[in-house]
Amino acid sequence: MLDTEHCIATPEGVELRLRLAGPVPRALAWLIDLLWRGAALFALVLVLLPFQRFGIGLFLIGWFMLEWLVPAWCEAEWGGATPGKKALGLVVVRDDGAPIGWGPALTRNLLRFADFLPLLYLGGLVAMLWNRQFKRLGDYVAGTLVVYAEHEAPSRRIPAADPKPPLRPLSLDEARVVLDFAERAPELGSARAEELAYLAEPLLDGTDAAVEQLNAVANHLIGTQTPRHASA
Amino acid sequence: MRQLEFERRYDSEWDRFEVWLKRRQLSRRARRALAKRLSEHPQHGLADADVPQAYRALCAQLALARQRRYAPALVARLQRLVLGGHHTLYGAKAARSLRLLEYLRFGFPRLVRAEWRVVALSTLLFFGPLLGLLIALHWFPDFAATVLAPEQLSEMQQMYDPANHRLGRRAADTDTMMFGFYIWNNVRIGFQTFAGGVLFGLGSLFFLIYNGVHIGAVLGHLTQVGLGPQIWSFVAGHSALELVAIAISGAAGLKLGAALLMPGRRSRRHALVEEGRTALALMGGAALMFVAAAAVEAFWSPLVLADARPKYAVGLVAWFLVLAYLGLAGRRNAA
Repeated sequence: MLDTEHCIATPEGVELRLRLAGPVPRALAWLIDLLWRGAALFALVLVLLPFQRFGIGLFLIGWFMLEWLVPAWCEAEWGGATPGKKALGLVVVRDDGAPIGWGPALTRNLLRFADFLPLLYLGGLVAMLWNRQFKRLGDYVAGTLVVYAEHEAPSRRIPAADPKPPLRPLSLDEARVVLDFAERAPELGSARAEELAYLAEPLLDGTDAAVEQLNAVANHLIGTQTPRHASA
Repeated sequence: MRQLEFERRYDSEWDRFEVWLKRRQLSRRARRALAKRLSEHPQHGLADADVPQAYRALCAQLALARQRRYAPALVARLQRLVLGGHHTLYGAKAARSLRLLEYLRFGFPRLVRAEWRVVALSTLLFFGPLLGLLIALHWFPDFAATVLAPEQLSEMQQMYDPANHRLGRRAADTDTMMFGFYIWNNVRIGFQTFAGGVLFGLGSLFFLIYNGVHIGAVLGHLTQVGLGPQIWSFVAGHSALELVAIAISGAAGLKLGAALLMPGRRSRRHALVEEGRTALALMGGAALMFVAAAAVEAFWSPLVLADARPKYAVGLVAWFLVLAYLGLAGRRNAA
């Protein structure tokens, strides 16, 4: 449906749809990573300051790890995302949708240097806009994608109501739109819900409020069985 | 079948699958405790052996739910479960223990030999300018001023000034500091040389030649101004590990460039991913060589002996060992 959707065919013959993350959320994730890495380096300075030259040596090793290895570790072993990506709900997966291991994680993190060129990730940005999957150069070589994590959606339910068949038979796509609306209507403001419901005017008979009518149709579609009678 | 009936029929299956997926994310200890409790109440959990079947059923249910245009929230839930199952079933990781050791014992040297063409090219691109400048500066010492900035030259000269060159060890904390610096700096140079390869090989080409010229100019210049004994006795020990590591990082980068320039009968995208794996394996070995070189450079190279000959001897032995390792290790156990 959306053009930022990436479809993967599984061996079982179903399609998995992943939502690709574009440059803006990824840049924000990078910024968050930059901040916590900066903070970690600062903490390292405070801890190692008393050790003078010895401390400088350890600090440089720590810097090296934080710059190259820690992000790769996060992506390989810590649920496929650095803290910044976690904060934005992003996750790195292989092109086939599977979680990445150490190989791709290291590759894409080492290749960050090439994405950084000529300055401030301009190369990476151009590469991302060049292809449909928003791959930066590191993603190309590692064979990885950055997608939105499939988080547990707040379970939306269609509000229960007395089912009522639609005025005319609905096509599958029309039915889906009605269901989609009925699921979301409680989250919308009532005026907005009403406004949207009237878009379905050919399905309304004008007797009841549009939102309630669509809700009743939705209940019919999902097969709510016995009409509920308000207790007298 | 209407959606509610569909949900009613399969809901408990989905819940069981979800619980199983969540269990996979627990720590090993928590998982063991849970497994014990589950074995006492088998009806509550999904056994690992039943997962593939449950997963296939789930896939079929997702396809049905989509085709029948069930409500988006339900489809989203099923897709989430299928994705989780797909990840756990197909993203399975191979056991990693011992792989590193085996890689060092045979994998890496075999890979370097298998990729000898690109390693040879990279070696030429790096050692060519290096030796070229050494020779050029022997005949035209003034040429150093065109390659290096005057401040750099005087700084180098000061660093290796005989007056600063006292016998014995330098302080241990300075050694540690320099160890950190060499890791932070040299391994990064290796990574840059590798990563630059994705720009059609140009980045690797640049860093190989640039570093070759730079190192050659420094060594050549210091030799010409009479600081030869100091500089050569310093670099002898770690030269083999470090210089060969640069050449191998360059080779890894050139692999990426070659995948783009000569993908063969593959799409460039495929070639890049495939060659990328080999390249990373080369780079990994080179990175470990860099770390070893940093240790030698920090803890052995600064040692000043009255007679520098043992230091040259160690350097020679190191060259011999590095070349023997790359040339011979893992030949016998070849599969």
